Amino acid sequence: MEKFARLTALVAPLDRANVDTDAIIPKQFLKSIQRTGFGPYLFDEWRYLDVGQPGQDCSNRPVNPEFVLNQPRYQGARILLARENFGCGSSREHAPWALKDYGFDVIIAPSFAEIFFNNCFKNGILPVVLPDETVDQLFREVAEQEGYMLTVDLAAQTLTKPNGEVIAFEVDPFRRHCLLEGLDDIGLTLQHADEIRAYEARRKQEAPWLFVHLKEVAEKYNQV
Amino acid sequence: MAGKTLYDKLWDEHVVRQEEDGTTLIYIDRHLLHEVTSPQAFEGLRLAGRKPWRVDANLATPDHNVPTTELKGGPETIEDPISRIQVLTLDKNAQEFGILEFKMGDPRQGIVHVVGPEEGATLPGMTVVCGDSHTSTHGALGCLAHGIGTSEVEHVLATQCLIQKKMKNMLIKVDGQLQPGVGPKDVILYIIRNIGTAGGTGYAIEFGGQVFRDMSIEGRMTVCNMAIEAGARAGMVAVDEKTIEYVKGRPFAPTGELWEKAVAHWQTLHSDPDAEFDVVIEFDGSQIEPQVSWGTSPEMVIDISGGIPDPDQESDPVKASSMRRALEYMGLKAGMKATEMPVDYVFIGSCTNSRIEDLRAAAEVVKGRKVSDRVEQALVVPGSGLVKRQAEAEGLDEVFKAAGFEWRNPGCSMCLAMNADRLPPQKHCASTSNRNFEGRQGAGGRTHLVSPQMAAAAAIAGHFVDVREYL
Repeated sequence: MEKFARLTALVAPLDRANVDTDAIIPKQFLKSIQRTGFGPYLFDEWRYLDVGQPGQDCSNRPVNPEFVLNQPRYQGARILLARENFGCGSSREHAPWALKDYGFDVIIAPSFAEIFFNNCFKNGILPVVLPDETVDQLFREVAEQEGYMLTVDLAAQTLTKPNGEVIAFEVDPFRRHCLLEGLDDIGLTLQHADEIRAYEARRKQEAPWLFVHLKEVAEKYNQV
Repeated sequence: MAGKTLYDKLWDEHVVRQEEDGTTLIYIDRHLLHEVTSPQAFEGLRLAGRKPWRVDANLATPDHNVPTTELKGGPETIEDPISRIQVLTLDKNAQEFGILEFKMGDPRQGIVHVVGPEEGATLPGMTVVCGDSHTSTHGALGCLAHGIGTSEVEHVLATQCLIQKKMKNMLIKVDGQLQPGVGPKDVILYIIRNIGTAGGTGYAIEFGGQVFRDMSIEGRMTVCNMAIEAGARAGMVAVDEKTIEYVKGRPFAPTGELWEKAVAHWQTLHSDPDAEFDVVIEFDGSQIEPQVSWGTSPEMVIDISGGIPDPDQESDPVKASSMRRALEYMGLKAGMKATEMPVDYVFIGSCTNSRIEDLRAAAEVVKGRKVSDRVEQALVVPGSGLVKRQAEAEGLDEVFKAAGFEWRNPGCSMCLAMNADRLPPQKHCASTSNRNFEGRQGAGGRTHLVSPQMAAAAAIAGHFVDVREYL
């Protein structure tokens, strides 16, 4: 994973509560077996007037001019400003893959659904939780001022507004560390391989039924 | 010191190591896999040259893309080329890494959350994960079970662990006795309607009280399944005699001496009387009516005797705007009665409601009646090959077919329409699934979440109706 660098970028507002992962990336695109290429289909049902198909070239599709990300003033945005419970529903990691592939590195909202929140960190996206009033205020400022940019400094845990005002936010220290250093979780966990083995050895004594070999038993019980 | 909650006990038993800041390595006993969220994880293993940590902890089955109509042959005959690739990729990965898979055509194949408990692959006290948010289902057996993303699927494959922080404890207590015609689905819809789709965010929910004690294990699965729709990754119910009775004799359940030892442990899997929860929410079960959703969020739910709420009466502007948008999407008006909402399609199935008890409950309503002429398609999709076989042995397939339902093969089907079963735009569907999001069952489709009995009654009436009039 790439290291998360300090960034100053355009903010796009998505003024809807409970945006679910089905809306972020509709199910037909989940059939891909890759991690990349989801960006053109981000928010597909809101962004286009037709129904998209996986692999389709989106350059000639009819776009919905009403949808916020289609407005010229928000082109190139890398920060998404959102409402409460963003990313609810399905656990599909295709949702953060699509947001990242489109170009979003930061999502700001009053609250996130947990699985989505977790998936963001695994993909170099920073989800920032801010109080309702602060988010309301940001929505107002973004609407009023075309080209509204924020500077996101993860190391300092601050957002800086165009007028220089600073908003502090908090991120779990371990997750912040991983994001800043671009660390691979699996590599970190495997550093504790001995402890995992010791745990397993103990549990095999305490609760051996948890270690049944599925494949061997299945052959014995073959009900086909 | 206060006693422990069920969640505390399950958590403590699975801690491999814990950092000072609470970041914990949690051991995973059972990992379930399906074709949609696993290919990138297997690819990641391959690219990093890693092997699964413990092959025998994994169980795979294809479900999301599986056609529910008869096929000419195996997965290579799936018409949709990308669905076909996904199912074949799971077969290939399971084969290459040596993971047990119930493939298409195997009677044990089905929706992963139906298959796990049915086979005894999920047992009380386990930590269970799957790249699917409805993994909370397994909590019905007294498990700590929740959905994960694909990066975590890869992490579990490679290490048999997850990096987590402990959640908070919530108890949802429903006492009293449910009215006839009111089932587990109504209970969970009622709960979500009251606590909201983010009400459980950050918590592990334990469902307690008389209503859940009286409820069957399959009913508890329906309830825990939708904990995620209340924002909680994990829902659970304490182990009792019903749990143990349910598990007994299943293929992967322990036997003999080991069984006795396991049971002795499982009997401790309940919250201590003096356990402290961060939040306790109580409801009176006798007040719950059959429920139906009217909007595009699982909290937009009303009593069948009620009407659609008016956004103008809603004081929260963000909520009011969501309601207006939902009314427009659903083609409905504020003030309309629940029983005036039309039904064009009926879907009985999904990991929420496709088990044998669900099919029995629906068949009881359908028996001797006909699907309304207004209804364009009515589907029954059993949750697994074994559920299908059992239903056929009881003659339920004949009851459904005689009424005008289509009797299909197992899979996720029209819950999320990744296979060919899709709800057309602007059509209203009485669905026993779990999500009524925009486009969930098909682009532009209009989903109404209901219980199997309510879906059956709606199929007969051609509009939503109080199932109690049909019992």
